[in-house]
Amino acid sequence: MDLKNRTVAETWAKPSSSAKDLPKQLTPDHRSFTSFNNQQQKWEDTSLLDFNNGIQPPFPEFNQTSKAPQNHNSQIKGPDQEDMQSNETPDSNRFQDWDPRVMLNNLSFLEDKIHQLQDLVHLIVGRRGRVLGQPDELATQQQQLITTDLTSIIVQLISTAGSLLPSVKHTLSTANPAIGQLGQLGGVLFPPANNLNGGVPQQNSGGSKVSDQSNQIELTENCGTEQNYAAEEHEAKDDDDADEGENLAPGSYEILQLEKEEILAPHTHFCMICGKGFKRDANLRMHMRGHGDEYKTPAALAKPNKDSSEPMLLKRYSCPYAGCKRNKDHKKFQPLKTILCVKNHYKRTHCDKSYTCSRCNTKKFSVIADLKTHEKHCGKDKWLCSCGTTFSRKDKLFGHIALFQGHTPALPLDETKPSSVPSDRAENNESKLGNIGFNFSASASSGNAVQNMVDVKGAVDDPTAYFSPLNFDPCNLPGFHEFPRPSLEESDGSFSFLIPDACNYNQKTGGESGSNDLE
Amino acid sequence: MTSDSLKNQRQKHNGNEEALQNSSNSCPFESLTQDIIFAILDSLALTHDSLSLKSFSLTSKSFYYLESLHRKSLKPLRSQLLPRILHRYSSISRLDLTLCPRVDDHTLSSISSLCKSRLRSIDLSRSRFFTSSGLSYSVTNCSFLVEIDLSNATTLTDSAAAVIAEAKNLERLWLVRCKLISDIGIGCVAVGCRKLRLLSLKWCCRVSDLGVGLIAMKCEDLRSLDLSYLPITEKCLSSILRLQSLEDLVLVACVGLDDDGLRTLKHGCRSLERLDVSNCQSIGHLGLSSFTEGSTCLRLLVLSYGCSVTAVAAKCLQNFSLLQSIKLDGCLVTCCGMKAIGNWCASLVELSLSKCSGVTDVGLCSIVETQKELKKLDITCCRWISYISIDSNTRSCTSLTSLRMESCTQVSKEAFVLIGKCCPFLEELDVTDNEIDDEGLKSISSCSKLCSLKVGICLNVTDQGLISIGMSCSELAELDLYRCLGITDVGVASVAQGCPKLRVINVEYCNKVIDTSLRMLSNCLGLKALEARGCPCISSVGLLAIAEGCRLLTMLDIKNCYNINDSGMVSLACYSQNLKQINLSYCSVTDVGLLALASIRQLQNMTVLHLTGLTPNGLASALLAS
Repeated sequence: MDLKNRTVAETWAKPSSSAKDLPKQLTPDHRSFTSFNNQQQKWEDTSLLDFNNGIQPPFPEFNQTSKAPQNHNSQIKGPDQEDMQSNETPDSNRFQDWDPRVMLNNLSFLEDKIHQLQDLVHLIVGRRGRVLGQPDELATQQQQLITTDLTSIIVQLISTAGSLLPSVKHTLSTANPAIGQLGQLGGVLFPPANNLNGGVPQQNSGGSKVSDQSNQIELTENCGTEQNYAAEEHEAKDDDDADEGENLAPGSYEILQLEKEEILAPHTHFCMICGKGFKRDANLRMHMRGHGDEYKTPAALAKPNKDSSEPMLLKRYSCPYAGCKRNKDHKKFQPLKTILCVKNHYKRTHCDKSYTCSRCNTKKFSVIADLKTHEKHCGKDKWLCSCGTTFSRKDKLFGHIALFQGHTPALPLDETKPSSVPSDRAENNESKLGNIGFNFSASASSGNAVQNMVDVKGAVDDPTAYFSPLNFDPCNLPGFHEFPRPSLEESDGSFSFLIPDACNYNQKTGGESGSNDLE
Repeated sequence: MTSDSLKNQRQKHNGNEEALQNSSNSCPFESLTQDIIFAILDSLALTHDSLSLKSFSLTSKSFYYLESLHRKSLKPLRSQLLPRILHRYSSISRLDLTLCPRVDDHTLSSISSLCKSRLRSIDLSRSRFFTSSGLSYSVTNCSFLVEIDLSNATTLTDSAAAVIAEAKNLERLWLVRCKLISDIGIGCVAVGCRKLRLLSLKWCCRVSDLGVGLIAMKCEDLRSLDLSYLPITEKCLSSILRLQSLEDLVLVACVGLDDDGLRTLKHGCRSLERLDVSNCQSIGHLGLSSFTEGSTCLRLLVLSYGCSVTAVAAKCLQNFSLLQSIKLDGCLVTCCGMKAIGNWCASLVELSLSKCSGVTDVGLCSIVETQKELKKLDITCCRWISYISIDSNTRSCTSLTSLRMESCTQVSKEAFVLIGKCCPFLEELDVTDNEIDDEGLKSISSCSKLCSLKVGICLNVTDQGLISIGMSCSELAELDLYRCLGITDVGVASVAQGCPKLRVINVEYCNKVIDTSLRMLSNCLGLKALEARGCPCISSVGLLAIAEGCRLLTMLDIKNCYNINDSGMVSLACYSQNLKQINLSYCSVTDVGLLALASIRQLQNMTVLHLTGLTPNGLASALLAS
């Protein structure tokens, strides 16, 4: 498949990926829809207006679903909407004085997508004409495909429209804690397409943020899997339709590419109420408890569970830096596995190394965790190679020498060992940071103090990019399972005062990082 | 032509003065070409006879010059004279400084500036007082150094090892007992000396897995590696066993190696020929079998003082078809284990079971009956074997050349008759502390190739047996008669007459041995060591005879010979210029004798306990004079 085809395919892949996420995001919402039925009814009644205004009538059957999210937003009146936008739509910071150009950008993008969808529907119509004996299943699948794409379009539209309505965003107050998880909203849209119940889960998303697992499973079995399947199918179709080529992208994964600003943004989760940003969903949930008793229920505090049993297309990430080997346009493109990898890769490779070790004043790092790891050993490196590299462990030195030709172990100078007296506190912190992955999560939870300024800057020009925050949920990423997340939650959960504490602690480091990211 | 000149040389060897006279009168040697003389010198060098070389160079001026030109290796007595010696010998490539205990940096720098890149080998194993800076002179000036022996340099540190690493052409390196050299130094050597073929790190107790692993990784040509007494584990073994040409691996007393670790090794070393894992108590047969898996070339296996040799253990090793020699000294050996060894597919040439517990007649018989090629057998201190074992041994292993059976006290005297009858090729026999009698010795005297005979503490041996030995064993070079109380001058005399090649004789505590014996022994021109401790009848007269006749004498023990006095010392000082070691304790030697001894230049070791005639001043003057 040539490059051109591929890029085209990717543009499609992104929306579809978002669509694919929807069921996943949706799952938490499925839990206890029963309790919210009444509310749901209300919603449906209320405001279809928004949607109708925004979108042409070509898809009347979706009216209701599209309404739903809007309704939900308006009804619940949480900062939800605002936060969402701040994350997902570019220039969220310009709510107050909205930028027509950005709006135009978004609209034209939406237009493109609608056109594409239109083509797709045309195609389906054409095929139907030809192949009469299509099984019903296929037809429903196609329907679902369209549904998912439409959903994403609608969601985008809503968010775009939302930026025009400052009053809305201020009045909105929602119980939905999971910001940035557009999927929740989007996901809600699906069910109507499949079954009547579909509308209900959405409501749940509004009402209680955290899912009860048992309930969730039932529902996901019903609709989630199907939707997911549809999404994949859709994607495959996209490829076919969008470009001449028939082929899928090499490898069975889809490539996502975050923009620079997103990568450098320190927070991905925001409080609907106060707007505070967090790097980890868990921390956000801990924070939410301060906003009322309804956030203290076990259900609200539980981890939004992802049903990993569903077959999913692998996600891989591309570095936005052109010419980088991790960039998808590179000849020997090597994708990055997780968002975390993207963040660390981008900072390490394409950013200034702005953290200097305070002890040796020579080593510089761009990832704060790297600095911490280094500081742990700085001054203790007594094993020296002839090339000047120092090692804290003899076996590492010998491994290095074994690897390189001509390098020799250098005789240690007679000078006494450097007096390294790290503060207890630093030691404690370091001991917590077991590995890079954990470091990241720790630093993700850090920087709470600076959160607000970041999302402001987090605006992205490319509207497509707004998907990425969706996809980024640490719980989701396979790599994260190994990280000592439970311990973190545990500590957060048992000590509510820990959060401010964490803020303090992080101000040294996280604050620094935040400002740095904003440069 | 060459043979003629060789004959001439022999003459010279025998009669030094004659040769000198010849050369001065007619100079028949002047006509010889340089090539021929070099060939002569080469053949002389093979005999390791420094005296004949010396006499050769004294023949004439041209010989003197040619000899100095030809000489390649040098073993100087004193380091002080080294600069002058090296001026004379301009083509020295091998320098053995083991006789120079004091070699400081200055000496090394003068050596290196004189020898330059000619020097290939230097032995500093007995020398002290040099540091890494002295070594660096040698290494930088003598860039083609191939061999360095730095054993016992206990003060050398990693900086010295880093200096050695500059010797890029180094192939053989001994660092035995360099206790201060650590992984870092060894790492330097590994990176610098890529051509290393032999490396001995015995007792370098600061070297661990990392250093050894790096050696194995960087020095791919290693043939021989000695890692004895190192705190290594299986981690470095895996890379060692990957060496393509490793033949010789010594792992004595590597206590860090155990079965669990060795079992993780996936493969053995294919090229390995000699393996020594003695004193590794925690290596059992399981570890050993995984460790040696694939080592099909294995010829020598030393398992001394290790795990017990049971049937299972012996079966683990049965597939080495080339295995020739196995040493199980000090192991617990079971009867089944010995039977399994007998069934090995290898045909053993050498078997050592010395000090093994559990060796019985049944077991030993089952081995010797199948291993008919056995040439060397060591059953020292196997106290439970009897006539039966020796019987079956001598019947099946007729090509036996070496039999050591010290302290096999249950073997009856008839067995030794069998040995003499059935093992005609015997060269070495150790029957110390056994029941052997004159009949046995008479029978053994039929082994015409016998060169070493030890019959110490064999109280049944008398002159009769010794006479028969002296009659027929003309090759005898070493005779141990320690505490053979039945021996008199007659026996010693017959040996001295019949065995002109005698080099070492021990007549300690044979109190019937008198000066006559010594006078007879003085006919053995090659005698190097005479141990006559506790022979009260020996006097200075006998010593004079020895000193006159045995000019090569290097070791003399006359402790408790009360009758030896200063005149004996004077005669030694006159004639025995090669004497290196002497024990004079309890003799009647005074200051005069000691002062006389001081003139012997090579003397290195002198024991003077309980010399009643010795005063402090005398000792001081003797020490100053030496």
